[in-house]
Amino acid sequence: MTCSRRDFLKDSVGGTLASVLPMSAFTLLSQAEAEAAIAESKVRWAFLVDTTKCVGCGLCVKACKNENEIPYDAAVTRTWVERYVITKDGETHIDSPMGGRDGFIDDKIRDEEIDPEDIDKAFFVPKLCNQCDNPACVQVCPVGATYQTHDGVVLIDRDWCIGCGYCIMACPYGVRFFHPEQKVADKCNFCYHRISKGMQPACVECCSFGARRIANLKDPDDPVTKIIRTERVAVLKDEYGTKPHVFYLGLDAGVR
Amino acid sequence: MIDEPIVHGIEWTVKELFVYPNEFIYWSIQIVMYPYMTGLVAGAFVLSSLYHVFGQKDLKEIAQFSLVFSLALLPVAAVPLLLHLQQPTRAMEPLLTPHFTSAIAAFGIVFTTYALIVLSEIWFVYRKYFVEQVAELKEKPGLSNAMKRMVYRVLTIGAYDVSDGAIRVDKKAAKVLAAIGIPVACFLHGYAGFIFGSVKANALWMSPLMPVIFIMSAVVSGIALCMLTYIVIMEWQAFRQRRGGGLEVAGAIKGAEKEVINKAARYLLGFLVAAISLEMLDLIFRGYTAMKSWDILRSVMYGKDFLNIFVLQYTLGNLVPFVLLILPRRTLWRTVLALLLVLFGVFMMRWNVVIGGQAFSLSFSGYMHYEIPIIPHSIETFKEGVFGALTVISLPFIFFWIINKFVPSLRRDTTSI
Repeated sequence: MTCSRRDFLKDSVGGTLASVLPMSAFTLLSQAEAEAAIAESKVRWAFLVDTTKCVGCGLCVKACKNENEIPYDAAVTRTWVERYVITKDGETHIDSPMGGRDGFIDDKIRDEEIDPEDIDKAFFVPKLCNQCDNPACVQVCPVGATYQTHDGVVLIDRDWCIGCGYCIMACPYGVRFFHPEQKVADKCNFCYHRISKGMQPACVECCSFGARRIANLKDPDDPVTKIIRTERVAVLKDEYGTKPHVFYLGLDAGVR
Repeated sequence: MIDEPIVHGIEWTVKELFVYPNEFIYWSIQIVMYPYMTGLVAGAFVLSSLYHVFGQKDLKEIAQFSLVFSLALLPVAAVPLLLHLQQPTRAMEPLLTPHFTSAIAAFGIVFTTYALIVLSEIWFVYRKYFVEQVAELKEKPGLSNAMKRMVYRVLTIGAYDVSDGAIRVDKKAAKVLAAIGIPVACFLHGYAGFIFGSVKANALWMSPLMPVIFIMSAVVSGIALCMLTYIVIMEWQAFRQRRGGGLEVAGAIKGAEKEVINKAARYLLGFLVAAISLEMLDLIFRGYTAMKSWDILRSVMYGKDFLNIFVLQYTLGNLVPFVLLILPRRTLWRTVLALLLVLFGVFMMRWNVVIGGQAFSLSFSGYMHYEIPIIPHSIETFKEGVFGALTVISLPFIFFWIINKFVPSLRRDTTSI
């Protein structure tokens, strides 16, 4: 094979262009930007639910649906409240009509009348996404449309979710669902758009009883963090190894 | 009130006792079809490899057929996945931005690899035939022959050498490809099992045995479908010969058919035993270890789904065909009945895994029933209903009919290798 000087120059220029042009798709970060990208976040969001304070009014569910534009009358919801009634015969009766949105105004549980004399204990348990440290939903997403932020919250990219439902299947807590309008996976994100601007999540904001509170675990002076650190708190279903970050005060062993 | 948008799954999910508000049967009939179709692909390929790799000469005829049939089945394995996506236009994303911690992410890669293997193996097997067709059609007049010749010329990709040496290379290449194809086919399907087996949130699915169970039942269903289709086509050919007066040819066809079916039935029985043993092991293990989920699992398996699991799957789909196949003096009709039952049994197994896995709430305090939509009233209820499933089932036969026009896998005079 021969190569004239002219060919050599032509190929060199072509080759250089071909290799440089795709490089322009990358952006160069400034030192500060690069440091910020890899530095450990100073925030780790967590949630504290005091079940002893919840009265099952359902305001949190209402607020959440409105704030996050989840169709109001759709059966799916980002947060919900469960009612537990444990009777003397050891039976556990649970319900959450419309996710507890309208409160629990009926004494009947699924049309079953329960004699107040038969009740050992009864209580409400609010549920929401646990923003796990080891989230099964993030692990199984085939396209990386759901991901964990530096401050621990799991988010969903609505423009990239293919709607396969694998994350819904993988979540042991049943917090995920298909958004009826967006047709992509959806779930609670602690109102990320609010907390990242220094506001409270909608459900926390509207809870008149202080049953729901948000904490930054990395801030030792955060009053809620202090409670999580010093009180006896529990989490839901820790046997799945997901390391959930919604902590409960007064959680009964019978809660599923 | 304005029309509320419909929640996905609400139309076919019936809840009983306490179920979390967001729980529905999200994975319905199409996800039953997905492992079923993938299983058929893998099984058909393994059957064809028995001839190409292990030199089971008496399987040559069904091997040619099942190789081409597995190509017809291949695109259909991806159709259910496409149909069940909420965002089908984004179906290519797993290939563009694969997130490899997900078991689904590798699907495109495994699937494409496998498709390339099947395509190239068919090319090597039929290359000589393509070349001959190009020469033969040259003599024939007419536009259709010219067009056909054009197709064959493209199919040869310019490789016209049919000397003994070249054919030897073809044979070797086909053998190597078939050999690589076996683990890839098993991987393709074992991996479908992994998608379910690795979901730790699901008490029924989570089991390391799941991929192996899926492979075994895949081979069972693949062999059964190939045998069945083969019988139907051979009977049709013999019938046509008889009508045309070719009694001798008809007899020859019937004789060859019987031999092939006897041999294939033996393999079918072997894999069937392996599949049932593994499933039984899984069931016994769950009962013996009796983890937290066992109470609800037991109530589903021995109660709500007893008919589906023990009557339809194990008895009608496994035990009855096993007896039918193993008893002496087996007739063709008995074989056909047994094969149909085997196919039904494997389908029920997929159903019981996919739908059964969603039959109970994650709270272990309630149940969900899948009421399969029959008459569709929306695209959703079509896709996730009976007609969606029937569409998927009929596609491979249409594809096979088209492919077979150019790659005659059933003609006994074909000069394939």
